[in-house]
Amino acid sequence: MAEKKRLKDLTLWEKMYVPEVVKGLKSTMKQMFQPRFTMEYPEVKFEPVGSYRGRPVLVMEAGGEERCVACGLCSRVCPALAIEVQAGETDREKERYPEKFEINMLRCIFCGLCEEVCPEEAIVMSKDYELTFSNREDAIYGKDKLLKPITELQDRIDFLRSNK
Amino acid sequence: MGKLTIDGREVEFRQGQTIIEAATDSGIDIPHFCWHPSLSVSGNCRVCLVEIEKMPKLAIACATVAAEGMVVHTKSDKALSARNAVMEFILINHPLDCPICDEAGECKLQDYAYNHSTGEGRFTEEKQHKDKRVELGPYVMFDAERCISCSRCIRFCDEVAQETELTFVKRGDRVTITTFPGKQLDNPYSLNVTDICPVGALTNRDFRFKSRVWDMSSTQSVCSGCSRGCNIDIWVRKNEILRLTPRHNEQVNSYWMCDHGRLDTFKEVNSESRIIAPMLRRDGTLMQANWSEAVAHITSEFKAFSSDEIGVIGSAHATLEDNYLLAKFAKEILKTKNVAMPSHIKHGTADKILITEDKSPNALGAKLMGITSENFAVIMHAIETGKIKALYVMEEDLVALDHKFEAILAKLDFLVVHSVVKNATTALANVVLPAASYAEKNGTWVNINGMAQRIRPAVATQELDRSLDGMSLSRLDKFGTNFDRWGQVNKIDARPSWSFITMLFNSFGHKLKFKMAEEVFHDVAKHVKEFHGLDYDVMGNQGAKISLVAEKV
Ligand code: SF4
Ligand code: SF4
Ligand code: SF4
Ligand code: SF4
Repeated sequence: MAEKKRLKDLTLWEKMYVPEVVKGLKSTMKQMFQPRFTMEYPEVKFEPVGSYRGRPVLVMEAGGEERCVACGLCSRVCPALAIEVQAGETDREKERYPEKFEINMLRCIFCGLCEEVCPEEAIVMSKDYELTFSNREDAIYGKDKLLKPITELQDRIDFLRSNK
Repeated sequence: MGKLTIDGREVEFRQGQTIIEAATDSGIDIPHFCWHPSLSVSGNCRVCLVEIEKMPKLAIACATVAAEGMVVHTKSDKALSARNAVMEFILINHPLDCPICDEAGECKLQDYAYNHSTGEGRFTEEKQHKDKRVELGPYVMFDAERCISCSRCIRFCDEVAQETELTFVKRGDRVTITTFPGKQLDNPYSLNVTDICPVGALTNRDFRFKSRVWDMSSTQSVCSGCSRGCNIDIWVRKNEILRLTPRHNEQVNSYWMCDHGRLDTFKEVNSESRIIAPMLRRDGTLMQANWSEAVAHITSEFKAFSSDEIGVIGSAHATLEDNYLLAKFAKEILKTKNVAMPSHIKHGTADKILITEDKSPNALGAKLMGITSENFAVIMHAIETGKIKALYVMEEDLVALDHKFEAILAKLDFLVVHSVVKNATTALANVVLPAASYAEKNGTWVNINGMAQRIRPAVATQELDRSLDGMSLSRLDKFGTNFDRWGQVNKIDARPSWSFITMLFNSFGHKLKFKMAEEVFHDVAKHVKEFHGLDYDVMGNQGAKISLVAEKV
């Protein structure tokens, strides 16, 4: 019976152990002087690019009004049922507006379907990824937290328009 | 009976029927905007153009009388391209309003744009602009840009409501709808135009923007506004009724319902003054109690009165099942003959269309259960003279009927009231029981012509579970959880009157095992000859005529 051979037997050099340890240390030393990629979050914050999908927000026009007409399509398409919209009537030229607009951030899966379906470009994915809450109620964002001035959202809107 | 061929299928028709009528009767759908089965033919929308062999040109199916041996093609190249052209033409001046339009989701124009048009328009010029928010009447809002000039609304007013109120003015692409000078769209049936308008040009001001149609559940029921018992759908979102719409039943209400029934009958269900738990009077004030305390209290109190001292009031607003068990309770347990119900007849309020004089939905049903309005006055008089000392009232606000009754009821030693909302009668009661409203229970009503029709729960009470109890579900009901804010709906602890009376029977030592309204109805069908052979399945969603053998209505 032939002795069972290992797939690869260690060479004498490898069996000596120490040279291999030195090889490993060399690699470590080399890395220590490479440029660093790690960010010291939260002291240093990551600024995403336009294609990033952070939490969905509502676009606030220059005049302080929302673009949203409360059509409810985002609420309909949302696969996680995160969005609740209650429409109301106003005397403004755009007769329909969201009396209530809530996104349950515990449900949202950041898929961006709401943004894609919106006929008014009124809901877009922002760069905001900092979502912390200490209870369920706080995770339901109302219009106060959702409305963002359009100037802050220009990157995303440009990205969306260039990828139509 | 003749025969014609539509799309290769042989179809029967009655002499004088049009192609579209023959097709509809055999379940073939020919697209149409202006044609309506219950209105005259106008033939202006041109969407129903079909190809008929041996005819030189396409013909409109709504105005072409069917003839023996006719061969009709609704899907031939010629018919399809004509339909597409008509759709493109209609959409030329149609605004892109769907996001803000209440009709979206149940809009014929949307549906046809998907199904019968290539979805391409060649019109790049500025669209014709018109008035967008015109109050045509107290309940109806008109958006002139969305109107496709089908004239259904005009024909409805002329032919069904029989009040000439609407007309076209101007011509060509400027044509629009308006009311005649000095007139408003305010006939008692005005809101039906919002149902038949194929687009979102006419909207219900009471419902405007309250909900998207795809977010609501709809439940087949019957209107509680008068003894016609118009068939309706109850539209509910988050356990709240948002609108009622008429449901087709040729034997009762055709496609229509009146504005009073549509607007005024459902608000009570979600009202602030709902009674949310049983209440017992302790030391002069009504205090919350639980159901078994209420049962025990009523049982012990009633035992202190002799049969002659007890009166029982049923209701034409309650169901057949409620009244049946109440009458049985009066006869077998309380052993009293003092049983009656008040009449809700308001003389001179009927019209020749749908509205009847009797403002309750189930007077005939209650009567057949042995509860009549004849000796109601006698009972009230007996209370006044002190002969009747204890009264059991089911779902009637007696004080609202006549203010004199306030002083009379105050003379009673013991008063039990089932009621949906707090009112002047419950304020006098010793025991108040929260009754499930007509939108929260199963049951049967019998209309003025003897049609027995089912009502079904559309709003859940605490003892109802939407899916387990087979109630209709909206998208949110299906997929939501209790942790969602919109899942945490307000459920009231109300019960149907028949179910509470069953508890009373048992507490008086008389075993009754009804768990569902349907079982009570089986008992009715067994014991009341007019209902022999009927059950919930036979009544289905179109009702069933009871046999009024001895009865003359
Ligand atoms: S889809 Fe857009 S316009 Fe419609 S409700 Fe959502 S955010 Fe508003
Ligand atoms: S990102 Fe996705 S899950 Fe979140 S709200 Fe939009 S559609 Fe819903
Ligand atoms: S009428 Fe129909 S097609 Fe026109 S805007 Fe309303 S929903 Fe859209
Ligand atoms: S308002 Fe509606 S029903 Fe009346 S003509 Fe216009 S589209 Fe037809």
